[in-house]
Amino acid sequence: MKELIIISGKGGTGKTSLMAAFAYIAENKVLCDADVDAADLHLVTAPDILEKHDFQGGNTAVINKDKCTECGLCIDLCKWGAISETFEVNSIECEGCGVCVYFCPEKAIDFPLNTCGEWYISNTRFGPLVHARLGIAEENSGRLVSLVRNEAKKLAEEKGLDLILTDGPPGIGCPVIASIGGADAVLIVTEPSVSGKHDMQRVVQLANHFKVPAFLCVNKFDLNKDITGEIENFAKEKGLTCLGYIPFDQTFTKAMIQGQTIFEYDSGSAAGQAIRKIWESISEKLDDLRASS
Amino acid sequence: MIISIASGKGGTGKTTVATNLAVAIGSDVQLLDCDVEEPNSHLFINPVFEKTITVTTPVPEVDEKKCNLCGKCDEICQFKAIIVIADTTVMIFPELCHSCGGCEKVCPENAIKETSRELGIIQKGYRNGIEFVHGKLRVGEAMSPPLIVKVRSFARPDKFTIIDAPPGTSCPVIASMKNTDFILLVTEPTPFGLHDLKLAVGAVKMLNIPCGLVINRSDVGDNKVKDFAKKEGVPVLLEIPFDRNIAEAYSRGDMIVEKLPGFKEKFLTLYDNIKKIVS
Ligand code: SF4
Ligand code: SF4
Ligand code: SF4
Ligand code: SF4
Repeated sequence: MKELIIISGKGGTGKTSLMAAFAYIAENKVLCDADVDAADLHLVTAPDILEKHDFQGGNTAVINKDKCTECGLCIDLCKWGAISETFEVNSIECEGCGVCVYFCPEKAIDFPLNTCGEWYISNTRFGPLVHARLGIAEENSGRLVSLVRNEAKKLAEEKGLDLILTDGPPGIGCPVIASIGGADAVLIVTEPSVSGKHDMQRVVQLANHFKVPAFLCVNKFDLNKDITGEIENFAKEKGLTCLGYIPFDQTFTKAMIQGQTIFEYDSGSAAGQAIRKIWESISEKLDDLRASS
Repeated sequence: MIISIASGKGGTGKTTVATNLAVAIGSDVQLLDCDVEEPNSHLFINPVFEKTITVTTPVPEVDEKKCNLCGKCDEICQFKAIIVIADTTVMIFPELCHSCGGCEKVCPENAIKETSRELGIIQKGYRNGIEFVHGKLRVGEAMSPPLIVKVRSFARPDKFTIIDAPPGTSCPVIASMKNTDFILLVTEPTPFGLHDLKLAVGAVKMLNIPCGLVINRSDVGDNKVKDFAKKEGVPVLLEIPFDRNIAEAYSRGDMIVEKLPGFKEKFLTLYDNIKKIVS
C-alpha cells in the first residue's frame, strides 16, 4: 500500500481541486482529507457519512471556586497567563499543560478532556473517504491529522485497497509535519508567483528534512512563464522531478461551483488533459516505489 | 489601532490586501506578517531589513548524575516530551516540549536545567513610511503560536498596525487575531471560499471582535458569499473583480495600488471605513 500526500505550502494553488481530479481518475484507493482546519474536499466529493466519532485531544484547566482559597499560586505558574485575577481560566489561552492542576495545594483545579473535533468515515462516488473537522480555535490539529491518516490506513487494509490519496494542510507547521511524516511520497502543487515559489521552496525543505520523496507540479503555469522557468531551475538544482504543468483554466472554478471534478464538468478541458498526464507520471513513480520496497 | 487580516481559506488574497493597504496608507503604519509558516508579505513590500533576531523557547535538559529516575517529570508532562524509560534513562524529545516548566518545577533532585530550542527568526525593516516585521518559522518546527506572539510584541500603540494572519481557524490564527480592534476577512465567492468564510466568521464571533469583508475575484462565482455576509451582518468593504492583470501583477510581486489605476483610492476608502467602524 502507498500513501501520497498532496501539499502546497501556500493556499489557493488549486491543491484540493487537483486532489478531487485525482480522486476521479485513480483506482483502488482510500481518500483522506488531512486539511482538518479548513477541510474542503467534501464539497466536491459529497460524502455519505457512515461513521461519526468525537475527537478528543488535550485537557483544559477549570477552577472549582468552592475549593479555591485564592492563594494565587496557579496564576504565577501559568506560562500562558491563562488564569485571570478573579481565578477564571480562559479556555482559549489555556495550553493544557496541567502544571496548575498538579501544584494547586487545594486540589481545586479540574482538568477535563476536551472534545475538540469530529472525524468521519464516508462513502463517496470515488470510493471511501476519511475526513475530520477540528473545532474553531482548537489546538491539537497534528493529533487529528495523525488520527485520520491512521484510520485511512486501516480502511485501506480492510478493503484491500493499495493507495491512500491524502489532501494535506497549508503551511509547514504542526499539521503539515503530522501529514507528511512516514508518507511514501508528497506531491507539491505550486503556482508561478513570487509567493508560490517562496512557499514551495519551504515545503521542499520540509519534505527533505523528514526524508519524504517529493515531486512537483506547477498549476496555472502560463500566468507567469518567467517564474515557471525559475521553478523549473530550482527543481533541477535540487534533483526534484517536476511531473507536469497545468495551464490557467477557469474550468477549475466553474467545476468547483457545480460541486464537480474538472473531468465531470468538462471531459476535454486543457487543464484536465495536463492533469491526466501528471497522474500517469505519479502512478509510475508510485509503482517504482512499490517495486523497490 | 491594530487590525488583523484573515481568511479561513488560503490563497484568497489576504497578503494582497494587507500589503496594498499598508502601501496605500504609506506612513505611520506597521505591517506585521504573522503567517510565520509561509510569510509572503516581504516579497511585495521589499523592505530593507535592519535587524534579525533568533527566537527560542526553553526546553529541559537532565543532569544524569543528579537524576534518581523517580518519574515525576514523566508524570507531569502532558506532551510526552520527557519520558523515563524502564527506570533506566530519561529521554527528552525537545520538539514535543511546550515549555510549560512543569518538569523543572516538579523534579525533587533539581536535576533539570533549562536549555533552548530555536523556533525561528524575526526580521524587522522599513520601506518608506512602513515599518515591517515578520517571523519565519524554522523548517521542521511544529509550534508557530509562540513565534507569532513574539512578532506581535513589535506592535506599537501610536501606529496603525496591520497583521497578516495565517489561513485557517486553529491556534496560530487565533494567536494572530485575538486582542485586535478589527478583523478584515478576505474571501472569494466560490463554495470553498464560502465554506471557509463561515468557519472564519465563527472564530471572529467567538473572539467578539468587529469585522468586515473583502471579496476578491468578486465576479468569478455566485452570490452566496454576499447573501451569507448580509445574513451575518458582516459589511462588505471592498470588492476586487477578477482581472488577469491583477493576477499577473501579483505573480511578479507588484503592488496593485502602484501599478493599476484607481486601487489606491479604493484601499484608502477601505482604511477610512475601518476607522469609522472601530471608533
Ligand atoms: S492554586 Fe489552587 S487554591 Fe491557589 S488560587 Fe489557584 S486554584 Fe485557587
Ligand atoms: S493547564 Fe497550564 S496553561 Fe492551562 S491554566 Fe493551567 S497552567 Fe495555565
Ligand atoms: S523528576 Fe528529576 S529526578 Fe525524577 S526522573 Fe525526572 S529528572 Fe529524574
Ligand atoms: S517543560 Fe513542560 S512540556 Fe516541556 S518537557 Fe517539561 S513538562 Fe514537558
